[in-house]
Amino acid sequence: MSRRKTERLLNLVICLLATRRPLSAEQIRHAVPGYDREGDEAFQRMFERDKNELREIGIPIEVHKDPWEEDPGYRIVRQAYELPEITLEPDEAAVLGLAAQVWQRASLAEAAGGALLKLRAGGVETDESAVGSLELRVDTRDPAFPALWEAVRDRRAVRFDYRTAGSGTAATRTLEPWGVVSRRGRWYVVGHDRGRGEHRVFRLSRITGPVTPIGRPGEVKVPPGIDLREMVGWRDDLALPERVALLRVRPGTCQGLRQLAQAVRPGGGADGWDEVDVSFSDPERLAGWIASLGDDVEVSGPPDARDAVIRRLKGALA
Amino acid sequence: MSSTDRLPRLLALVPYLMSHPGAQVPEVAKVFGLTEKQLIDDLQLVWMCGLPGHTPGDLIDVSWDGGEILIDNADTIARPLRLAVDEASALLVALRMLLEFPQFAEVGDHDALARVIAKLERAAGEGAAAVSSLVAVEMDAAPDALAAVNEGLRAGRRLSLSYYVPGRDEVTPREVDPMRLVVADGRSYLEGWCYRADAVRLFRLDRMLEVRILPEAADPPAEAEPLDVARGVFRPSATDELVELEVTPAGRWVAEYYPCEEVTELGDGRLRVTLRARDQGWLVRLALRLGDTGRVVAPASLADAVKERACAALARYENGADVG
Repeated sequence: MSRRKTERLLNLVICLLATRRPLSAEQIRHAVPGYDREGDEAFQRMFERDKNELREIGIPIEVHKDPWEEDPGYRIVRQAYELPEITLEPDEAAVLGLAAQVWQRASLAEAAGGALLKLRAGGVETDESAVGSLELRVDTRDPAFPALWEAVRDRRAVRFDYRTAGSGTAATRTLEPWGVVSRRGRWYVVGHDRGRGEHRVFRLSRITGPVTPIGRPGEVKVPPGIDLREMVGWRDDLALPERVALLRVRPGTCQGLRQLAQAVRPGGGADGWDEVDVSFSDPERLAGWIASLGDDVEVSGPPDARDAVIRRLKGALA
Repeated sequence: MSSTDRLPRLLALVPYLMSHPGAQVPEVAKVFGLTEKQLIDDLQLVWMCGLPGHTPGDLIDVSWDGGEILIDNADTIARPLRLAVDEASALLVALRMLLEFPQFAEVGDHDALARVIAKLERAAGEGAAAVSSLVAVEMDAAPDALAAVNEGLRAGRRLSLSYYVPGRDEVTPREVDPMRLVVADGRSYLEGWCYRADAVRLFRLDRMLEVRILPEAADPPAEAEPLDVARGVFRPSATDELVELEVTPAGRWVAEYYPCEEVTELGDGRLRVTLRARDQGWLVRLALRLGDTGRVVAPASLADAVKERACAALARYENGADVG
C-alpha cells in the first residue's frame, strides 16, 4: 500500500467516524484529500476499492438508503467500530499474555499478536513475563490448516484430496466443516462429508494438495450439541471387545511393556521367564508392539494374537 | 510487518499513544515491532491526517521531541478498532486450552482464566465466541508426576526421576534441576538440567515412573539455557545416522509420526523415508513393528540386524516354546 493511499484511507476512516449523518460519495470526495483530484469514474472505482479494503480489516461501514435521497450515505458508527472498554487485573493480564504466545505459526500467531496490540492500544496492560516457569506451544504445521480455519470461521464448505490411512491413492472429498481439533499433536477436521452423506473425521496431514472453499460463506450449519473431541477420539478398535493376552517376557527386559501390564508374575514361566498379562482389543495393534520387542517376548495366547505376531515377524524377514 | 498492515497498525498506534502519553520512541517501536525509523515515519504520516477541512486545527498533532511522543487532536480514533473474529478466536482458543491445564487449577489461576475469557467474549462479540468453540486443543490427561514436578519448580528443589526411555526401552534414574514446564502440542515436559547428560533436557511427564523431591536446592549451572522449543520438541542431531526405509501404504504412518529428513512418493502410495536416529535399537524395533509394511533400504548393517532379531524371535515360536 502506498503512503498516499494509507493517508487517504486513514482520512476516510476519520471522516466517516466523525460524521453524525451519513455522507454521500460526493460529500466524501470533497472531504477526503486524495479523492478530490480524480475524475468521476476513477473516483468511483477508487472509493469502491477503499470501502472493500476497510471492510477487510474489520471496519464496519454502514450504508444508508433513504427513500427521498438518490444516493446512498455512508458512515462508521462509533459503537460498532470501537473496542469496548476492558480492564484486566494483574492475574488476568498474566494468563492473557501466556495465551497470546501459544500459537506457533503465521496465521494464528499474527491474529493473537494483533489482538494483543489492540488491547494494549486500548489501555489494557498485558503481561508476557509473569508465568516464566511455564511455556505452552501449539503448532499448526499442516499446510491445510489456514484454509480450514477460515472455512470453519466463515461456515463455508471445502473440497480437498484426501488419502485414507493405509491407502495408496487420494480421493476428492467435499466437506461441510464443523470444527478443527488438535489431539496428541495432530490436527483433525470434523464435518459432514457430502459424498458419504454422514459425519467424518479427517487428519490434516493426510490432505494432499490445496483446500478449496466452495459455496457461500454462512452456508454450513453446525449441528447443536455435537462433541468434536469425542468424534476425533473415536477409533474403530474401541468397538472391539477388550481381551487379555498372556505373554512370556525375558527377565530384565521390556520395561515399557511391564509398565502398561495388568499383572507381572516374575519367573512364572517354565524357563524362568516372567509371565505378563496385557489387555488389548485389536490383535494387529498388539502384534506391532510385541513384534518390535523381538526375542525378548513371546505371546502364549490367545491364538489370533500369537499368529498376528508370527505374521509380523515373517514380514520383517521377507 | 508488510505495508498492507500499515493502516491497522496506525489505527492501533494512535490509541496507544493516547493511552500512554509521553511514551518513549524506542519503547513504542518495540511494542509495535518496528524500527525507530519506521515508527517516526508512521508518526509523520499520522501528522498529515485529520478531520475534513484539513486546516492545521483539524489535523492530528504529534510531537516526538527528545524521543518523548505526545499526541493530541485525535479523539475520533482514540479507541482501537474492535477485535476481528480471527484475533479474538486465537486468544479464546488458547485460553480455553489453558483452562484444561491443571497447573491453573492448582495455583488458583483458574478463576483468573474464567474472568479473562468472559471479558474477552464480551469485548469480541458473539461471532468470535461461537467460532472459538469450534477449535479445540486437547490436553493429555494430567500425568501423575505433575504435582511433584510443579512442587519442585515452585520450591526450587532438585528432583530424582525414574524415567522411561522408549528409544532404549530402559528405565533410568535421573537427577534433574527443574527449570520450566513446557507444554507442546498437548504433551507436558519438564525442562531441566540433567546431571546424567550434563545438559538441558526435556522429560515427558507421562514417562516419569517416579518423582522424588530431594532436599538439595535446584542449582542449574550458568550455561543452562532454556531450549528453543519453537521449532518443535524433537530435533534429531545432524550427527545421528541417516536411515532409509521403504514403506507400503499401510506403513505411511511412519512419515506422519517421526520427523523425517526426506519423504519421497514412490507411486501406489508407497514412500521412501529418510530419517535420523541416535539409537539403532529403536530402529530395529521400528522395522520389526512394520513387518511386511516396511523394509530397511540402508544401511545394510541395520537391515541385517532386523533380520537377525526377527529370526531369533521366530525361533521361539518354532521351537515349541509354547509348552509353558
